[in-house]
Amino acid sequence: MTLLDHKDAPAEAPPGPTPPTGIAAWLRDLGLGVRFAAGGGREGWVRTVLTAVGVGLGVALLLTAASAPHLLQERSARSQARAESAVPGGPDARAKKSDTSVLRVNAETEYRGRTVEGWLMRADGTRPVVPPGIARFPGADEMVVSPALKELLDSSEGSLLRERLPYRITGTIADSGLVSPGDLVYYAGSATLTPASGGHRIAGYGNPGEGEEMPPVLIVLIIMICVVLLVPVAIFIVTAVRFGGDRRDRRLAALRLVGTDIRMTRRIAAGEAVFGALLGLLTGVVLFLVGRRFVGHIEMWNVSVFPSDLVPDLRLTALVVVAVPLTAMVVTLAALRSVVIEPLGVVRGGRDRGRRFWWRLVMPVAGLAVLGMTGKVDEFSPVNPYPIAGGAVLVLVGLALLLPWLVEACVNRLHGGPVPWQLATRRLQLSSGAASRAVSGITVAVAGAVALQMLFAAVGDEFNRMTGQDPSRAQFYTFSEKVTPEAAARTIEEFKATKGVEAVIGKVEVYVTRPSKYAEDDLQPTTSLIVGDCGTLRELARIDSCEDGDTFVVHPRNDKELSDWVDQTARKGKEVEIGNAPGGKTMRWTLPADSPTVVARHDPLGEDSWGIMATTGAIDPSTLPGATTQSQIRVDESVEDVAEYVRNTAARLDPAMRVASLKSVARDEKYASVQRGLQVGATATLLLIAAAMLVAQLEQLRERKRLLSVLVAFGTRRSTLAWSVLWQTAVPVVIGLTVAVAGGLGLGATLIAMLDKEVTDWWLFLPMTGVGAALILLVTLVSLPPLWRMMRPDGLRTE
Amino acid sequence: MSIGHTLLGLLESGPRHGYDLKRAFDEKFGHDRPLHYGQVYSTMSRLLKNGLVEVDGVESGGGPERKRYAITEAGITDVGAWLAQPEKPEPYLQSTLYTKIVLALLTGRSAEALLDTQRTEHLRLMRILTDRKRKGDLADQLICDHALFHLEADLRWLELTAARLDRLAAEVGA
Amino acid sequence: MTPAGSLLSADSLYKTYGQTPALDGASFSIHPGEVVAVMGPSGSGKSTLLHCLAGIVTPDRGTITYAGRELSAMSDAERSSLRRTEFGFVFQFGQLVPELTCVENVALPLRLAGTKRKEAERTARHWLERLEVDTVGAKRPGEVSGGQGQRVAVARALAASPKVIFADEPTGALDSLNGERVMELLTEAARATHVAVVLVTHEARVAAYSDRDVTVRDGRTRDLEHAA
Repeated sequence: MTLLDHKDAPAEAPPGPTPPTGIAAWLRDLGLGVRFAAGGGREGWVRTVLTAVGVGLGVALLLTAASAPHLLQERSARSQARAESAVPGGPDARAKKSDTSVLRVNAETEYRGRTVEGWLMRADGTRPVVPPGIARFPGADEMVVSPALKELLDSSEGSLLRERLPYRITGTIADSGLVSPGDLVYYAGSATLTPASGGHRIAGYGNPGEGEEMPPVLIVLIIMICVVLLVPVAIFIVTAVRFGGDRRDRRLAALRLVGTDIRMTRRIAAGEAVFGALLGLLTGVVLFLVGRRFVGHIEMWNVSVFPSDLVPDLRLTALVVVAVPLTAMVVTLAALRSVVIEPLGVVRGGRDRGRRFWWRLVMPVAGLAVLGMTGKVDEFSPVNPYPIAGGAVLVLVGLALLLPWLVEACVNRLHGGPVPWQLATRRLQLSSGAASRAVSGITVAVAGAVALQMLFAAVGDEFNRMTGQDPSRAQFYTFSEKVTPEAAARTIEEFKATKGVEAVIGKVEVYVTRPSKYAEDDLQPTTSLIVGDCGTLRELARIDSCEDGDTFVVHPRNDKELSDWVDQTARKGKEVEIGNAPGGKTMRWTLPADSPTVVARHDPLGEDSWGIMATTGAIDPSTLPGATTQSQIRVDESVEDVAEYVRNTAARLDPAMRVASLKSVARDEKYASVQRGLQVGATATLLLIAAAMLVAQLEQLRERKRLLSVLVAFGTRRSTLAWSVLWQTAVPVVIGLTVAVAGGLGLGATLIAMLDKEVTDWWLFLPMTGVGAALILLVTLVSLPPLWRMMRPDGLRTE
Repeated sequence: MSIGHTLLGLLESGPRHGYDLKRAFDEKFGHDRPLHYGQVYSTMSRLLKNGLVEVDGVESGGGPERKRYAITEAGITDVGAWLAQPEKPEPYLQSTLYTKIVLALLTGRSAEALLDTQRTEHLRLMRILTDRKRKGDLADQLICDHALFHLEADLRWLELTAARLDRLAAEVGA
Repeated sequence: MTPAGSLLSADSLYKTYGQTPALDGASFSIHPGEVVAVMGPSGSGKSTLLHCLAGIVTPDRGTITYAGRELSAMSDAERSSLRRTEFGFVFQFGQLVPELTCVENVALPLRLAGTKRKEAERTARHWLERLEVDTVGAKRPGEVSGGQGQRVAVARALAASPKVIFADEPTGALDSLNGERVMELLTEAARATHVAVVLVTHEARVAAYSDRDVTVRDGRTRDLEHAA
């Protein structure tokens, strides 16, 4: 029925230029499209630039994602390079003392929620090995620090940490010795470190075996994060390619008027889209390269990255470069299939056809089925990532496909209501496609995030249970291998004098066994030997009289079985073997026959201890092999920086003292970093989608400039139109979020079932709905100034 | 308008008396000016003499002569020829208005005022015709539209002239 | 200076867009129930005059009085409210909200003024019937012809029972047959309901539907009948 649809050119073309055919025609039309995109006047440029920026943002994100393999590899390589090298001869073998060997002890600490890695080191000889990135071995009471730590120590914010690390700074660690630019690391020299005080001899650095295998749960999580972040980016690119489509269609209609046929117009449109996508690709590469230079200065959620680590994988880059323009073309051609461009205008088809429901449901259901059939993932067998990724992609993309149908179905049932609501719903009824497209990105991102958060909660709660501590009694637990006769007493004193500390229990403790020959699997009678002064011991057990030199056998209260177990080792007048670390030194000691048996009592922190208790006069704690000085500390949490005061005291007592905080959940650092990655990505993705919605909104407003002026002439209130803009954004977003939450809960529950864990919290999606609401508000607010501007009467002037 | 051809055309549907002819003419075409009976009589005698009509019968008795006229073959041919021949478009080259404007310019009177007065007069007539058209039947509407379009054309010319008065003044003055 | 008995009058309006003067001392007045044509060549300032009279644009200088109230002394909100309740508008094109059905479009001014939906749509149907387009009520503007659309627009202007209708080239996009019908229906309904119509047009045949005409040339008005 088209007037100019003469694809079949006259058989006998008159002499003159013959129209090209086949590939040549394709190239000509694509080229024509490129020319329209590039030379289409201001309007054409606006459209091209919008597409380019949109695609560019997406491409930049994709390139960042493509850098992940190299990034992880480099980080793990540097991490391995600074690990101590393995000593041949099994795990218990020790490095031999030599001119190059070094004694060192881990002196890691935590400062205001951030980990500060650190080692105390003492050279055995004149040519000590140094870790990567360090020029000179630090002398006694000197340290080399990472640039980020130096900055922190120099700032007023780091003054408390400076107290803890009083060493003179003699240099900084080069990038090769750091995993990421924001790392807080120090290497301090010590003149007093000995194996007895926890020192550990190493022969060199570099351990390719270091860096454990990722646990399967973590692999599942990482796969999910990639899918959740990249699917919306892909959807965003698809949306960006269609920016300004309505206007483009009208221009194509004009082309039809001068005699192009339908196929030609489609190819021209494809050419325009490809041009925009290519520009976008370029923009993306530039954004990536420019962003990369600044990435070293940016730290989000304690994640920072060296620019040199951000090198996209070649194959993935090639994929992006090919896929983006190709996607642009395919999307454009597909979009034009539902549109008939006639010489005198554009007819949107597909309206009468309606959106079918059933095939849209196939994908998410198939995805859940794939996940269901994958079966359980356990800790011991390797994970096959493909079904998990595939299933998750099917579910998420399926949700995105389900959305347009659902939005249409919901919107068509809406009618009535106040004027702004009516304007918005009618608008959506007329064309909900653009809105659905943008929102489908949100749906995927939110569904994925909900599923992931459920997973995190399920996995994280398990760690919570494992710590099993009651922080209402003690918030800190310290542990030191430095043991002196007065160690426990001094520890208690010092901590008691620390600001904010309410109660302290300190003791020197070592394991003792009944000496004998034991087969490998035998249960060796074991108990603990606690050394302290009379005051300390009185707090741990019901002791009537105590003099220095006394020893006691302490039974737990009301537990005959456990008391008998204690007595099997603590035989009065008989020897016990002290120190049972495999391969470590041991010593024998005779429990005095006159040791009274007493009963344990609750210590001030509510804990019970039992076994053998001895005063420092009975046994010198500094001679005990494998003994540790331990303390439990309760603090007044209302005191600001109380944790830092405790840690500073600990560092003064022994720089290598471990301070564990029982208050916060002992979360696996790896999970924490994965979660951080998710947060970074989700934020970027949601911003992208907000940008896409905004562009669509502004485009629509611009198209309706005249109509807005007419409505103003009518006396329409600004608020009426503002509300209609809000509703127009809100309705699809709310529907999208509903789908997202339902889908996310389903996916999350499925994945949790796969990992054989239980759903711990069904309400984790609530913050996400908050994010959705923020998005609606953001898009509306940013659309308002242009709306006000367009609501001027200028639009009425036609002459 | 050729009254002879019009009356001939009216006779083509069947013979009529002179008085009937006048009534039919007035009804269909004589909106503003009814035909005098004498005019009918003189026209019919001319047509009779030329052999385009013939007398079909005479009814005597009472009142004026009552002849019944019928059209002849030659008459029918003549009507056909008249209808087939296009009317000569009015050239409108001798315009009183134009003369008035030039004279106004030559004598230093306000040509603009003249134009405005004329515009108002034209519009006044157009308003009357529009009103009549609204109340009348289709014939009224067509007749009025014909007049309205012509008046509109005049008005456009007035507008155009008003816009070109300065140039015209310069040329006339030169 | 307010001519006695006038509903809406303007005196010595000046308005400049950038460097271009659009109104250069224009005056105007209209009585209740009167249809006044504002004529003049393109760019003469007709539309600006209409925009000023309707309170859409504020003149740089001059006074506009509507029913004894000074328009330039009103706030934007007050003028908007005036437009909602007392004025109606018909433009040349692009005035119907494309996503609303014709009935909803006609009901829109009523609803903006606070009428309940059912009530507003009943009134809207009545007006569509009066303008002989009741058959297109459920259709969207994109699905009706230009003439029908313009009649819907006229129905919309009349629906809220305004005191003044501002019509800016209401037949500009129509052929003469449709244009005349729209003019006929508009002026008939206006006279029947005693609504004043400010009719901006450059076509004499459209202007002939008025009671009186005012010519704008170079931003100045000439009202010959009044001057005479």
